[in-house]
Amino acid sequence: MSFPWANHYEPKQPLMRWLDEKLPLPRLAYNAVGAGYPVPRNLNYFWNFGVLAGAALAIQIITGIVLAMHFHSDAATAFSSVNGTIMRDVNAGWFLRYVHANGASMFFIVVYIHIFRGLYYGSYKAPREMVWLLGVVIFLLMMATAFMGYVIVWGQMSFWGAQVITGFFSAIPGVGETIRIWLLGGYAPDDAALNRFFSLHYLLPFVIAAVIILHIWALHIPGSNNPTGIDVKGEQDTVPFHPYYTAKDGFGLGVYLLLFAALVFFFPDALGHPDNYIPANPLQTPAHIVPEWYFWPFYAILRSFTSDFILPAKLWGVLAMFGSILLLFFLPWLDGSPIRSNKYRPQARIAFWVLVLDVLILGYCGGSPADPFYVILAQVCSAYYFLHFLVILPWIARTERPVPLPNSITEAVLGTTAAAH
Amino acid sequence: MATVDDVIPEGESPDSVSDPRRRDFLNIAAVAFPATAGAVAVIIPLINQMNPSADVLAESTTTVDLSKIQPGQGVITTFRKQPLFVRSLTPKEIAEANAVPLSELRDPETLEKRTQPGHENWLITLGVCTHLGCIPLGINEGDNRGKFGGYFCPCHGSQYDTAGRIRQGPAPKNLFVPPYKFTSPTAILVG
Repeated sequence: MSFPWANHYEPKQPLMRWLDEKLPLPRLAYNAVGAGYPVPRNLNYFWNFGVLAGAALAIQIITGIVLAMHFHSDAATAFSSVNGTIMRDVNAGWFLRYVHANGASMFFIVVYIHIFRGLYYGSYKAPREMVWLLGVVIFLLMMATAFMGYVIVWGQMSFWGAQVITGFFSAIPGVGETIRIWLLGGYAPDDAALNRFFSLHYLLPFVIAAVIILHIWALHIPGSNNPTGIDVKGEQDTVPFHPYYTAKDGFGLGVYLLLFAALVFFFPDALGHPDNYIPANPLQTPAHIVPEWYFWPFYAILRSFTSDFILPAKLWGVLAMFGSILLLFFLPWLDGSPIRSNKYRPQARIAFWVLVLDVLILGYCGGSPADPFYVILAQVCSAYYFLHFLVILPWIARTERPVPLPNSITEAVLGTTAAAH
Repeated sequence: MATVDDVIPEGESPDSVSDPRRRDFLNIAAVAFPATAGAVAVIIPLINQMNPSADVLAESTTTVDLSKIQPGQGVITTFRKQPLFVRSLTPKEIAEANAVPLSELRDPETLEKRTQPGHENWLITLGVCTHLGCIPLGINEGDNRGKFGGYFCPCHGSQYDTAGRIRQGPAPKNLFVPPYKFTSPTAILVG
């Protein structure tokens, strides 16, 4: 693993030497996130977002564990335990709850930037396909965890979100309704559903942590990608992770925490839906059901199918929504271009920014009422989303003439003359 | 350590011993098969525990008193924790439902098939849109009943007619008619 010029762990204190013989945990940390991990010297601030995602997960787990000490997973009292007990009575409960609720949004912001970073700089390509695949698994687990966390608050949007999302499964021909009832443990969301969602909401973050370890392990075999996308050629192209990137990530983490704090203290409800302050009512549907903002693009794809074509429209919607994420598993093989970074791919770069715009518009449509205008806009953008991955990207990979690549990372950073020395 | 299991019979070189040997099959049969059966036996209760429990199933019938519902009115009650629409149709609504040719319907069913014989004026359906499970409007007086005078789902615009049949919008099926029977001329037992 890693490069031959990596620094070696040499404990000097007797205690550390003793520990290294019995349980080389400090050695593992040294080689993974310490001075023993050589990293390309030219990483920009977009490379902060992996560490930020890890920090976001840690914040969610810590606040989540303490919130679980006060939460009632019971359909009759769940809502009041959150909005009454935790928000008003528990010492600093309001703070912990707002950090946890906004922490989910911050986690998704960070992860979306992390994903688009990978898309722009070709981090999903060989030899890092496994890093990408594990990343998509983490993303799916995050979506499940976030959804269940939103449901257990048991407000109106929680309840009706659960109803709509579990309703997806009833689209499966034949056994769909049986699966839906099995998932809910009843005919509609109730105690059984609330308790199992709480159980899984507590479990999945630890599964995410485990997959993150695999994600980092898989990353450390080829080493980190970099903004030029070209391979590390020698020692001059890298710097040790510590202190160079611990410092850079530390700075990024500070900025992140400032923005996070601004959200928690000044706009704690800006990203939530006001209807979730109404207790769940199984006999009244909110006029306009929307999921949390981070699901809007996928919700827009779901709603884009309005007429039957061989299969029922509802099943198409569900297939397309899941397909839009599962498609990412095939990305390393859909984009056949050997050039990783879009910096040297003029056409792929344009396609990338069009995709970003497309996903933003999808998100806007997903958060809007199902008016004909938004439905048509979402249909166009959904079609483009699939077109991008299945047609445009493979086509560009075949026909594009890339800009000449620099000879090395050092040359890209310092210019040809400096690299010659 | 050589054991009876892996000792090579006299006269055979290690290369000539075919692999897997017969004894390996005994091991596989003796260990793997019961282990698989045991694992399956343990997985079944782990999966089945997620199905509706006895207390949830115990709430699976509902009695509705129809005596206070006038023609044109409806009530919303619950059946298995889901909203249940009980509606008394007017002769005009019945005529409207019967006037629709089956070929125009996405999920073809007559009003007669969706009601009980002799009680065609009682439309009993779940108040759960077959699209994504929202509660359609139209059961209460003054609600928007949509273009076809039945129910209108505000979530994604599905329109149902006076027989609770899907006529327009994304929902694939008619509103579900649960099993029920008349226990007296003015009461039904649902479930």
